Amino acid sequence: MKKTMFIAAALVLGGIVWGVLDNVHPFGDPLKTPVDDYYIAHALKDRSSENIVTSLVFDYRGFDTIGEAAVLFTALCSVTALFRQGGRRD
Amino acid sequence: MNPLSVVVRKGCDIFAWFMVVFGANVIIHGDLTPGGGFQGGAIVATFLTFLLVAYGGNRLLSWVNERFYTSLVGFGLLLFIGLAFMGFPTSFFYNFVSVTHEAAMAGGAHGIIPPSGTIALMDIAVGIEVAGGLSLIVIYMFKGIRLYETSPVGTECGHDR
Amino acid sequence: MIGNAPFIVVGVLFLMGTVAILSERNLVKISIGVSVIASAINLFLVAMGYRNGGAIPIHYLAGAHAKVVLPIPQCLTLTAIVIALATTALMLALIMMLYKHYGTLDVNEIRRLRG
Repeated sequence: MKKTMFIAAALVLGGIVWGVLDNVHPFGDPLKTPVDDYYIAHALKDRSSENIVTSLVFDYRGFDTIGEAAVLFTALCSVTALFRQGGRRD
Repeated sequence: MNPLSVVVRKGCDIFAWFMVVFGANVIIHGDLTPGGGFQGGAIVATFLTFLLVAYGGNRLLSWVNERFYTSLVGFGLLLFIGLAFMGFPTSFFYNFVSVTHEAAMAGGAHGIIPPSGTIALMDIAVGIEVAGGLSLIVIYMFKGIRLYETSPVGTECGHDR
Repeated sequence: MIGNAPFIVVGVLFLMGTVAILSERNLVKISIGVSVIASAINLFLVAMGYRNGGAIPIHYLAGAHAKVVLPIPQCLTLTAIVIALATTALMLALIMMLYKHYGTLDVNEIRRLRG
């Protein structure tokens, strides 16, 4: 009973995923790319950065990177707090 | 627990410092080649893992200084946010030292600061931060493995309170 | 259909991770399933930004190519990789704490031993 329920749920989920993935644009032909074309055209000219991805990460979309560093720092604080040893009981 | 074989230990011992050099190479060429701050920092953080494999936990924990890695994390984050704030008369994250490609090609790109400006400097800052952070995670998770044996009963450890 | 093979691979990876999360009882295997799902999402993001015959988005390595692969999905994939790494570290730390607290990794055992 449990196994049949599980198989039915997996089939339904697989159908949903298949239906979604079959409706994405065809591989190798993205639909709307004006922003990417702007970055490709202007990254070297304005910022003189050869690597477009790095200029995106650290210049055009720097707020993403600040959030990313915050997430990494939060994970570090959490691991440190979980494995803390000793300390004083107040 | 038996140690690993001598080939693995010697190989990790030899290649540990080379991983640091390779990671630094990836970090400081982040604006020219594939790679950047996060990837290079992750490569640098392999150093502690290699030393952990080569020498074992007791000697490694007697060597490492956690305050050093904590200060690396804080220094990297503050340098990153400070570089972001330094472009402030114009906007947050304004690239205030970069020159255009024509000026760089015309000979204005000599010096210590790379022509891409804060992109390369933020690469270095984020690389320092990620290297320290991942090293700290490795240290603390290894300490967490040994938390069972070392902590005497009744004292505070972990999330017990 | 056959041109969409990378998306199908992404779907198969996602389903493998979902099955691991739903059917396994060991917490470490569940965390492996979460990591597989994160990898599937990263692969999906990168595969969405591919252009046929596109070059690497680095100017002097791409040469004189007119078509370059889209850079924005790669940038967001960098962010997603770091976030997946942070969540994996936190998840493993919590699993170690659970094992220390309960002495087992079985989900049903942990539910039964509550308190």
